[in-house]
Amino acid sequence: MSKEQQEILGLKTGEGGIIISKLDDLLNWARLSSLWPVGFGLACCAIEFMSTASSAYDLDRFGVIPRNSPRQADVMIVSGTVTFKMADRVIRLYEQMADPKYVISMGSCANCGGPYWEHGYHVLKGVDRVIPVDVYVPGCPPRPEALIGGFLKLQEKIRTESVLAPKALEKLMKKDVV
Amino acid sequence: MSFEELKQLIQESFSEAIVAEDELATPKALLVSKDSLHEVCDFLYTNDKTYFDSLSCMTAIDNGVEKSTVEIAYNLYSIPFDIHLMIKVELDRDNPSVVSVSDIWRTADWHEREAFDLVGIHFNNHPDLRRILLPDDWEGHPLRRDYVEQERYHDVKVKY
Ligand code: SF4
Repeated sequence: MSKEQQEILGLKTGEGGIIISKLDDLLNWARLSSLWPVGFGLACCAIEFMSTASSAYDLDRFGVIPRNSPRQADVMIVSGTVTFKMADRVIRLYEQMADPKYVISMGSCANCGGPYWEHGYHVLKGVDRVIPVDVYVPGCPPRPEALIGGFLKLQEKIRTESVLAPKALEKLMKKDVV
Repeated sequence: MSFEELKQLIQESFSEAIVAEDELATPKALLVSKDSLHEVCDFLYTNDKTYFDSLSCMTAIDNGVEKSTVEIAYNLYSIPFDIHLMIKVELDRDNPSVVSVSDIWRTADWHEREAFDLVGIHFNNHPDLRRILLPDDWEGHPLRRDYVEQERYHDVKVKY
């Protein structure tokens, strides 16, 4: 076990093989170490996504394995141009994913319409108009390193999450009681 | 077979069919009248001197509001004789319609759907004239020069 993992998981007591950690940390660690994306590509950006998964860049080492079903996926990489026709399908795929789910918008097209922002009557000007986006990866197309950077950013985000914190209650408490 | 010979061959059978010609086009083009399009195409396809068995491409062009025409260019190729020919028709811009040639070349089926989708040309006798690229409920035909995109599609703003 690496030093970093030890830190995440808290102290290792040694003999008994017991690890003590916060449940939140354990859950987050499990989640961020196995980010499985839905494997689909929309345009030129998908080529870079594919090469990121190739042996040269080895996305596998971050626990990122493309899945063929949204039901088994944790993260959706919108890699490329989202046309209006496709947008309906992207929404459908997103809705089929089980919570917790994340979205990485890869490339200028998915971020804001890219080269089609002005004359692309058929292009959705940013996938965040239809589904919530967690990480934007800029570039046309972004290099594989940039996509990996996006995954690292997403991991950072997940690391600070808490499923157990009573957020709804906190929100309620903050409201002025009439 | 040369362009002149081709022209003569068509003229022998259909004296009125050829309206104009364009020798500068690549391949050289014959403008045929809308009504004789199908018979000319069928003739070129079946005649054993030409045997244009391949429709390499079919393109629809909007000539704009001023000219008020749209045109279609059929790029024909004869594989056994290695000859190229372009056939063109000019149509009225409001409500353009022409007979389908998809019963001669199956290639034309999808090409005509594309021309319908993007330029709004109606093809009579087409087996399945639906949009091919844009969603079915799209408004307008984007490759028309005076096209303005719709405000919203499925409640999402279209403009940037
Ligand atoms: S951002 Fe660039 S590379 Fe990526 S899909 Fe759009 S045009 Fe292609």
